[in-house]
Amino acid sequence: MTGMDHELETLAQQGDLASFCPHCHAALNLYDENTKRIWVGLDVEVGDVACDLLVNPRLEEFERVCSSCWTGDAVATDVLCPHCHASLIEAEGLCDECESRVFTIDVSLRTRVAPLSCCTRAECHWHGVPKRTRAKILAGAPRQKKPEQDPKLRVRNFQEVSYGYDSELAVAEASRCLQCKKPTCVDGCPVGVDIPGFVGLVAAGDFAGAARRIREKNALPAICGRVCPQDDQCERECLLGNKGEPLAVGALERFAADFERETDQVTLPPRAAKTGCRVAVVGSGPAGLIMAADMAGKGHSVTIFEALHSPGGVLVYGIPEFRLPKAIVEAETGNLRHLGVKFELNSIVGKLYGLTELFDLGFDAVYVATGAGLPGFMGLPGENLCNVVSANEYLTRVNLMKAYLFPEYDTPAPLGTRVAVVGGGNVAMDCARTALRMGAREVSIVYRRTRAEMPAREEEIEHAEQEGLRFEYLTSPIAYEGDEQGWVREMRCVRMKLGEPDDSGRRRPVPLLKSDFMIDVDMVVVAVGAGPNRALFEDARGLERTERGYIRTFSDSGRTSVPKVWAGGDIVTGAATVILAMGAARKAADDMHEFLSDGAAAWS
Amino acid sequence: MHTIVDRQELTKRDLISLTLEAPQIARKIRPGQFVVLRVNDTGERVPLTVAYRDAANGTVTIIFQVVGKSTAMLASLGVGDAIKDLCGPLGKAEHIEKIGTVVGIGGGSGIAVLHHLLTGHREAGNHIIGVVGARQKDLLILEDEMRALCDELIVTTDDGSYGVHGKVTDALAALVERHEHIDRVIAVGPLIMMRAVTEMTRIYGLPTEVSLNPIMVDGTGMCGGCRCSVGGETKFACVDGPHFDAFKVDFDELIQRNSMYGRDERLSLLTSIKAR
Repeated sequence: MTGMDHELETLAQQGDLASFCPHCHAALNLYDENTKRIWVGLDVEVGDVACDLLVNPRLEEFERVCSSCWTGDAVATDVLCPHCHASLIEAEGLCDECESRVFTIDVSLRTRVAPLSCCTRAECHWHGVPKRTRAKILAGAPRQKKPEQDPKLRVRNFQEVSYGYDSELAVAEASRCLQCKKPTCVDGCPVGVDIPGFVGLVAAGDFAGAARRIREKNALPAICGRVCPQDDQCERECLLGNKGEPLAVGALERFAADFERETDQVTLPPRAAKTGCRVAVVGSGPAGLIMAADMAGKGHSVTIFEALHSPGGVLVYGIPEFRLPKAIVEAETGNLRHLGVKFELNSIVGKLYGLTELFDLGFDAVYVATGAGLPGFMGLPGENLCNVVSANEYLTRVNLMKAYLFPEYDTPAPLGTRVAVVGGGNVAMDCARTALRMGAREVSIVYRRTRAEMPAREEEIEHAEQEGLRFEYLTSPIAYEGDEQGWVREMRCVRMKLGEPDDSGRRRPVPLLKSDFMIDVDMVVVAVGAGPNRALFEDARGLERTERGYIRTFSDSGRTSVPKVWAGGDIVTGAATVILAMGAARKAADDMHEFLSDGAAAWS
Repeated sequence: MHTIVDRQELTKRDLISLTLEAPQIARKIRPGQFVVLRVNDTGERVPLTVAYRDAANGTVTIIFQVVGKSTAMLASLGVGDAIKDLCGPLGKAEHIEKIGTVVGIGGGSGIAVLHHLLTGHREAGNHIIGVVGARQKDLLILEDEMRALCDELIVTTDDGSYGVHGKVTDALAALVERHEHIDRVIAVGPLIMMRAVTEMTRIYGLPTEVSLNPIMVDGTGMCGGCRCSVGGETKFACVDGPHFDAFKVDFDELIQRNSMYGRDERLSLLTSIKAR
């Protein structure tokens, strides 16, 4: 059943539908004194015979009363509006059951009007929205907007910007899905979530069922619904996007996951029988969490080693509260605990334990997902001035250490009134929007390319624009200048132009001669990318690395140069996205499971 | 949770020693490495260099001066209490080998760190000369332990209430005047002291190493808050250090950077006093 049919059914159980002519918009409902019931009054023609047709607008008992002519196998040749006499027969739509032609009236669904078609064959009681017309209607239907906190309000608090769909909006949006037989959206998802499946369940009102369907492939739906770059993945592949706006897959995923959590209906996938194998996961970021969930589900005993005092990796130290509330990360890691996953916090592999020492502790396999947490700097003069901070430091102070609640929490964050953030990725947007919320009067994003090349999610850029950030495109800092006490006061920048495309396919920015200018600042956040976390490598003999310092892998699944050690996520690829890390972890988990199940498997 | 098994007040005022249960850290930690701790859920991550470890009993000892809210909270804990988080060992271990005569110079709580470092150098068979300083006699810590460890110990006090009247640099100058052969100087203490020692050893051409204590958050190389210029390059004290060749360190920049949160630290302390 599709969403719209479902909505019709629900409404019909509540009472009579109001009906209208789609052409002249006249009300079609009639009150019949004799039967004391409401009917939809139409004119019907069967061959040369014309008479009145009454249709019961209570859909669950969809009756049709015609004085005489339209019975049995007879197919109505025309159905007309009694007011404007326009034909209601659809040019294209066919009955889903007997493929006869259909006629269509408009019915009101609470706040909006939807088309309702009925079969023209008297015996066939099919009614609903015919598949053919559905595709046409849906492509034109607008994508439902997520309600959001007003920009003027939200720049002064750390509450979540987007409220997400309520059930009505979710059903309306989910009903736009074409339910393609060969869903291209799934190809765009790194973990292969059954998108039409879960969207169909949302449309049918089975929200918890939708969440369960997502969980079959993705253990962190509430997180992915919020932070995945859907505009580059599933939503980019959506057929609706060819003519109009693509389906809001991310918002629907978030809705289903939030519904499940808020109504206490989280059902974790069943665990396989215990295998007796022990798996160590190094790092509790997105890749580590997925690996842990998958391996625990396959019956292995999993322990996650986390360096910080709180599990979640970049989800807790990096992504701000207003984009991903930490309570959600806690709920998701709590789910892992229910699956039997153990967390060893404050435990740095490479320091507290050596990598191969984990095997001495009785682990049978190790997954390394330590991430790209080494902050990048540009090596500019004055970069070590006071109040020039890395994005990592700024976000860690504000998010993980909750500096936005200082002095209730003990960790302070740097403050500025005129803040510049260097970079154009999600991290730069997060820093700039955090700075606004921490009380900055003016925040500029300084990015060396243009808006089109910005790697940040479209939604984040839009939110940042709404919140009044200034964007200095085609601009790059070349030096920072400070006062006598060593605090940053000015930033010297140059303008750039875009040259030939580089290795990444983006056009390389080239500085313009004599284009120097100064920007007044009292705080700078450097958000120009990140490198591999280093602690692990202090005690990880034999683990081969690439020239850039990331772990070298020798298979798709992330096998490393050390037997029984897999690696994945940012520590292999360099800084990427949450979902790509999760996709890598999924592949590694499948391979690791196979390896552990086959006692005689060779490593390479 | 890590339970406190011993607590000592080393000076009448504010130098406290806490011994914490941490078996795995005690097994792994080496002289010069540090831990990051958090007293409670709202607490800061505080980096502290370990003064002793007892691998057999599974404990580590930290010695700290009460300077702000976090150290005050830590000081208020007693035996049997526990701290929320303890993470380590962090930083690079001191490179220790037999080189001859090592002069260790310590001030304030830095003497505790120095003691740990010199223990390592002693075990490697080096001749150890200790120079420890304090403002006045009752602020001096670990004198007996240092005396037991060093072949020779010189104590200085700023006010002359004990030992040599003057600064540690005066004692160092005297050592050099005495034509003592010195293979390495290790200085641990306030930045101003380490800078003064470095200025002097630079003139005498004595290889010198300092243990830096910049502001840091995570302590694992992820925030870059602890960055300092060493030989014109930016280094992270938490993963590249905390020990550096003193001649290459830009002390002035570090002193400036360490003042970055001064106002916040006072506010934090003030709020916590008012809340009582």
